Amino acid sequence: MSRTIDAVVSPTQTNTIPADISGQMLDLDEDDDLEVFSKDSTLADGNMFNASMQTSPGSMVNQCKFEEDEEGDSKDIFITVDNPESHVTAIETFITYRVLTKTTRSEFDNSEYEVRRRYQDFLWLKGKLEEAHSTLIVHPLPEKFVVKGMVERFNGDFIATRRKALHKFLNRIADHPILSCSEDFKVFLSAQAWELTTYKKQGPGFLSRMGETVRAVANSVRGVKNRPEEFTAIQEYVEDFSNKISCLDKVTQRIVKEQKEYLEELKEYGPTYTLWSGSEEELAEQLKGVAGCIERCCKETEEQVGHLSDTLVPVLHEYVLCAETLKAVLRRRDNIQAEFEAKNETLATKKVDRDALKEEIDKLEDRVEWANNALKGDWGRWQRSMRGDLKSAFFSTAEKNVDYYEKCLAVWETFLLSQRTEPSEETDRDNTP
Amino acid sequence: MADAGNKESAPIGGDEFTNTELENNKNNTMVEEGSTLLRRMEISVAEAEKRTGKNTVNMQEIFTVYLIETRPIDAITEGHNPAPDSLWRRYSEFEILRNYLLVTYPFIVVPPLPEKRAEFVWHKLSADNMDPDFVERRRIGLENFLLRVASHSVLSNDKILYHFLTEEHRWKEVVYETGFQAKADSRIKALSATFRVKNPDKRFTEMKHYSDELQSLTSQLLRVRARVADRIYGVYKVHGNYGRVFSEWSALEKEMGDGLQSAGHHMDAYAASVDDILEEEERYADQLKEYLFYAEALRAVCRKHELTQYELETASSDLISKKQQREELATGMVRTFSFKGMTNKLFGQETPEQREAKLSLLEEQIVQGEETVTEKTVECEEYVKGAWVDMQRFKEQKDRDLREALIGYAVMQISMCKKGIQVWTNAKECFHKM
Repeated sequence: MSRTIDAVVSPTQTNTIPADISGQMLDLDEDDDLEVFSKDSTLADGNMFNASMQTSPGSMVNQCKFEEDEEGDSKDIFITVDNPESHVTAIETFITYRVLTKTTRSEFDNSEYEVRRRYQDFLWLKGKLEEAHSTLIVHPLPEKFVVKGMVERFNGDFIATRRKALHKFLNRIADHPILSCSEDFKVFLSAQAWELTTYKKQGPGFLSRMGETVRAVANSVRGVKNRPEEFTAIQEYVEDFSNKISCLDKVTQRIVKEQKEYLEELKEYGPTYTLWSGSEEELAEQLKGVAGCIERCCKETEEQVGHLSDTLVPVLHEYVLCAETLKAVLRRRDNIQAEFEAKNETLATKKVDRDALKEEIDKLEDRVEWANNALKGDWGRWQRSMRGDLKSAFFSTAEKNVDYYEKCLAVWETFLLSQRTEPSEETDRDNTP
Repeated sequence: MADAGNKESAPIGGDEFTNTELENNKNNTMVEEGSTLLRRMEISVAEAEKRTGKNTVNMQEIFTVYLIETRPIDAITEGHNPAPDSLWRRYSEFEILRNYLLVTYPFIVVPPLPEKRAEFVWHKLSADNMDPDFVERRRIGLENFLLRVASHSVLSNDKILYHFLTEEHRWKEVVYETGFQAKADSRIKALSATFRVKNPDKRFTEMKHYSDELQSLTSQLLRVRARVADRIYGVYKVHGNYGRVFSEWSALEKEMGDGLQSAGHHMDAYAASVDDILEEEERYADQLKEYLFYAEALRAVCRKHELTQYELETASSDLISKKQQREELATGMVRTFSFKGMTNKLFGQETPEQREAKLSLLEEQIVQGEETVTEKTVECEEYVKGAWVDMQRFKEQKDRDLREALIGYAVMQISMCKKGIQVWTNAKECFHKM
């Protein structure tokens, strides 16, 4: 397959499937050498473009319906990823996911598709999209590698988390005005397994890809000379954002860890009251009451931790990956510009066929303009998504925490009420929460 | 927990209890029948201070002293407001007082002192005896001790107790003059001795068994509680990192900046709130610890009964064997096998004079023995009577106090939940505005 081709990696152009950021990589997937695509500015001959998008940004935008509204009032494509299944062959074991598509878009022959895809296929799609739109921001895929602490690659939690992330990935692409029009995307959603295999084999051959890679290396070594201010600003932001979001990711994971340890102790705490109640007469009921309260709080704590793990942790993690994606996009944009600048210099300094070179330079200039505009447009879009996603995740977490404390409060107030209404010397008072 | 109801008293149960309720608590917890010292005198341990001095091996040491303040109640009720009499005492002096009481009233479940060293320590809590929080909790514990003793129908009448509260300097001499120290040593030996009692009072056996259980159960509870406290601390404090990162992140963002910044503040508040929460919970732990130590005192009372009973049984069986010997000697009949008897048979009997001498000695011993048995029987009976009364009193007090403690614990949990609700509701608002 495409394994050997992609074994050539340009050192400065890192893969877009980032390794585990915290440096705690443990189990490596068997095909770890595979997934390191060389993402670069390989658009020189233009045949990377999807046939329908060869020209200016303007015409490109007009190609597809522009979906700003991600709430999806006018959504015309619905994708779900579910139903993971394990497949065992002589060579390997892998998981496939069911990808279900429902759409009214005219580019699709049918209105419904059901296909099975494996992680590799998603990787392929991402690669193709990034090749075709090197300065658009493609939502990250869940990580390739298993994070330290999870031994089983096919562990239930791992698969569930991955499935959700894959689901999000496809839906983000479907929401994207440009990316969703990609032919590769369409094939991914609709082709049967063998059709996809065949389709994947198309595309530029080994040699032209090699050439692109070499050019990319050359450009990145040279560096860009006149980067527009706004992109420098974006780069600085991305750098800072990356730091902050990584921090938040770590902090949140630490909170989950602490909460789980708290839960473990709490589970042992309630029984000490129950045990004691066995030796008491008058106090037995109260002691059992307290034990009961603690037990119920245990359940609530368990739920709260679950919510945190399901809601906040994955989102933060996604944006850690996003930050890396953004860095790569900015690099690619820089490389396009670098190539243009290099050719320009050549024009000025060396004795070459001026007309041919001039033509090339004009094309490159267009490319640069196109790349910049694409990125600018997508940047705003990404920021809005980011704000929406993170705001929603934090809000949901805060809401759940309020709910958690409210439930625990009710548990203890009920107990207190039962104590107060018992015949005692104290005056019976209203319980005002 | 005993509560003086005046300025430095420990709060029970938080803000749900009014002053009236606190008064009622005090009255119900402590007021015994008869006129106890506490009815006549207001007592408090008002302050703590550090002092330096030389210890027994002539080395410089720093120690803490506690200010005991007393005022006559009738002066107060008459509307005067006299300044309290006061003196300073250190922890070791309280220990001496307690040891004296233990020895002098072995049938009483003597209230315990607050712990000598911080135990069941969770991560952040200082195990240092000089730590201000520890000192404060000890002050409260010492006051509690005095109030309990001074409201006890038997203990409160003790002269040494009165001296302890009123005479700063001569007190130590006076207490040592009672000779309690020697009794204290033999008491400790007796407590750990092993002996078999044939007919212990079943109620005491049960009580001893209960005291063992109480000790082990409260220990276990306190241990796990400390671990739980440690974990809660961890969870809250890690949220402080959110505060820091949100703040830094807010500088990057235009639209989300304000929301993030405020949310960060709330996260800081959340992280900081755990200190107070756990400090309050430490008071609850102290209430349980008091009964952990009380269990020891209860056990000692039961053991003392066993000892007295054993002494009675020993004296009785001694008497019986002496009577038997007399009978044998008088009638020449050997009821039971004895080596002396056999050698007599084999090697000839004693002379009549020898026998007479032996008999009269035995008679004397028997008379003494009967006196002893009578004494011991009375001692035993009185002990059982007195101890049983106090054990009942203790049981009722324990049930009341622990019930209060459990209610107080629930109130603390409620307070913690309310704080959590407030913080996260505020944070939610901030996130909403982001």
